[in-house]
Amino acid sequence: MAIPADAGPDPGRGPLVWEGEGSSRVPFQAYTDEALHRRELERFFYRGHWNYVGLEAEIPKAGDFKRTVVGERSVIMVRDKDDSIHVVENVCAHRGMAFCRERHGNRKSFVCPYHQWNYKLNGDLLGVPFQHGVKRQGEVQGGMPADFSKADHGLTRLKVARRGGVVFASFDHAVESLEDFLGPAILGYFDRLFNGRELTLLGYNRQRIPGNWKLMQENIKDPYHPGLLHTWFVTFGLWRADNASQLLMDAHHRHAAMVSTRGTAGQAGEVTQVSSFKGKMTLNDDRFLDIVPEAWWGGPTAVMMTIFPSVIVQQQVNSVSTRHIQPDGQGAFDFVWTHFGFADDSEEMTRRRLRQANLFGPAGFVSADDGEVIEWSQEGFRSKPFHRTLAELGGRDVADTPHMVTETLIRGMYAYWRRVMEA
Amino acid sequence: MIGFPDYLALVQLYADYAAAVDRGDWDAWPEFFTDPCVYRLQPRENHERGFPLATLAFESKGMLKDRAYGIRETLFHDPYYQRHVVGAPLIRRVDADGRIHCEANYAVFRTRLSKESTVFNVGRTIDEVVKDGSGLLFASRLVIYDSEMVPNSLIYPI
Repeated sequence: MAIPADAGPDPGRGPLVWEGEGSSRVPFQAYTDEALHRRELERFFYRGHWNYVGLEAEIPKAGDFKRTVVGERSVIMVRDKDDSIHVVENVCAHRGMAFCRERHGNRKSFVCPYHQWNYKLNGDLLGVPFQHGVKRQGEVQGGMPADFSKADHGLTRLKVARRGGVVFASFDHAVESLEDFLGPAILGYFDRLFNGRELTLLGYNRQRIPGNWKLMQENIKDPYHPGLLHTWFVTFGLWRADNASQLLMDAHHRHAAMVSTRGTAGQAGEVTQVSSFKGKMTLNDDRFLDIVPEAWWGGPTAVMMTIFPSVIVQQQVNSVSTRHIQPDGQGAFDFVWTHFGFADDSEEMTRRRLRQANLFGPAGFVSADDGEVIEWSQEGFRSKPFHRTLAELGGRDVADTPHMVTETLIRGMYAYWRRVMEA
Repeated sequence: MIGFPDYLALVQLYADYAAAVDRGDWDAWPEFFTDPCVYRLQPRENHERGFPLATLAFESKGMLKDRAYGIRETLFHDPYYQRHVVGAPLIRRVDADGRIHCEANYAVFRTRLSKESTVFNVGRTIDEVVKDGSGLLFASRLVIYDSEMVPNSLIYPI
C-alpha cells in the first residue's frame, strides 16, 4: 500500500533522524521511544553521572533514612552513627524484594520482612536466619552452603558525595568527583546557595507529570518561555527579557545556570509580546511579593540551575528549593519539590519563603502551567513521532550567552545527549 | 453541642462552598471566608510531619482574590470540571464565642474535555467556622490531602 507523502515514514523502530547539523531539531522519537529511554537510564542515571538523592537536613539524626530513587531504581539514603551518609539500593540480596516500604523513618538496621535478612545501615549483610541450618535430634538440617559468605551479599551500595548539605549518589563507583562533574561555573553558583549554612526543611510538593523527563530539564534551560507563558513573571519584573542575565554551562553543556537580576527600568509592556500581559495587574495582597534581598545573593535575584539529569536547583528571590526529576518510563515522571530555608532565618524570612512558595509547585502561579505545557508537548510527540522540535532562537550553536533571548542551553543539552547516547 | 439550626447552617455552608468551586464561581469563593483568614491546601505528609510548606497558602481575602485572578487570567491550563463529594461535618468542639471546630472528608473528581473522569484529590478539611451576621464563614480551612501525587497541576481551589 502506498503511503501518502505527508503521513510520515512507516512506523517502526528506525534510528533517530536528526535534521540539519547540530542539535537544534530534536526528533520527537527521542521523547517517546521506550528503548531509548532504557538507554538513557543506563547512560545518564546509572553510569557516569551523579544523581540527587536529598538534603542532609532530611535525615538529621543517626539512623534517620529517606527512601527515594536514582533513575527508576529505589534507594535509601541513611545517616550512620559516625555521621557518614550511605545510599544503598532498596533491593534485598536474597529474593530481590524492595523491602523498605516507609518513605522516611529511623532504623538501627534494615530488615527484609520476607525472610528476615538484615543489613547494617551501610548495606553489609548482618544476619541470615537458618544460615547454619536447624539442629534436630543431633542432626543439622538445611542451611546455606558451606561456602556462603555474608560479605558477598550486602545491599548494592552507591558512591556518595555531600556538598553544602546536599547529597548526591551514583551506582558508578568510577564516576568523577562531584566537583569535576559540575565544573567550575556551575559549582560556583551551587556554592553560592549551599555555602555551608545549616538548611531547614520546609516541606514537600509532589506531582506526576505525564511527559518525558527531559522536558523538565528543557523547561529550566529555556529562558524564552518565562516571560511569555508566565504572565506573573513579566508583570512583576521577576523574569523579563530585558533583565540583566547570563546563561552558563559546564564544559560538556549538560548542566546550566540561568542567572538573572530583576530590573526596574522600562515598562514591562515594552519588552513582552505576551498576549495575556496585564499592564495594570496589581495584587490585592502584595505579600506574595514581599521580596527582601539577602546578602548571599551577591546581586542576582534568580538563579535556576539544571544539574543533569536528575535535579533542578531553584532560587527565585526568597524562595529556594530542589526539584527532583524521577522518571517512570518514557512518558511520565514524578516531580518532587523540597523547599528549604536556613537555620539562621528569622521568623519573618521563613514566612516570606512560605508565601513566595505560592508561585511554585504543582499549583504555583508560575509553575502549574509548566506541567501543563509539558503534557501537551508529549501529546504532540506521541501523535507524530517522525517529526522534530525547533529550538533555534539565538541561532543553532551552543555557547554561554549574556542574554536570555536564546535556546542555546537546550541545544547544548542535546549535543551532550547525542554524544553519550550515540544517537 | 450545637442546635439543629446551627448544624443545618453548617451543612449548608459546606454544600454551598462545594457548589461554588464546582461551578467555577471564583468571585464567590473568597466570600466564604473572613478577612483575614487561613486557606491552606497541604499534603498530608507535610501536615503530619509538622512541615509548614503548603501547595497553596493564603492568609487574606485579597490573596484568595489574587488566586481567582490567576485562574482566570494568567494560568494557562487544560480546562476541566471538578466535582466535590463532601462527607457529613464532624464537629470537634464549639468555643464559648460560637466558633465551630469541624472536619469533613472529601473527594474531588476531575473531568477534562474528551477525557474520562478520574479521582483528582482526596482528603479532609479541618475547619474553623464563625458566625457573621446571619451566616457562617470559614475563618480557617486546612485542606489536607491524602493524594500522594497531584496529577500534573492543580489550578482551581479545593
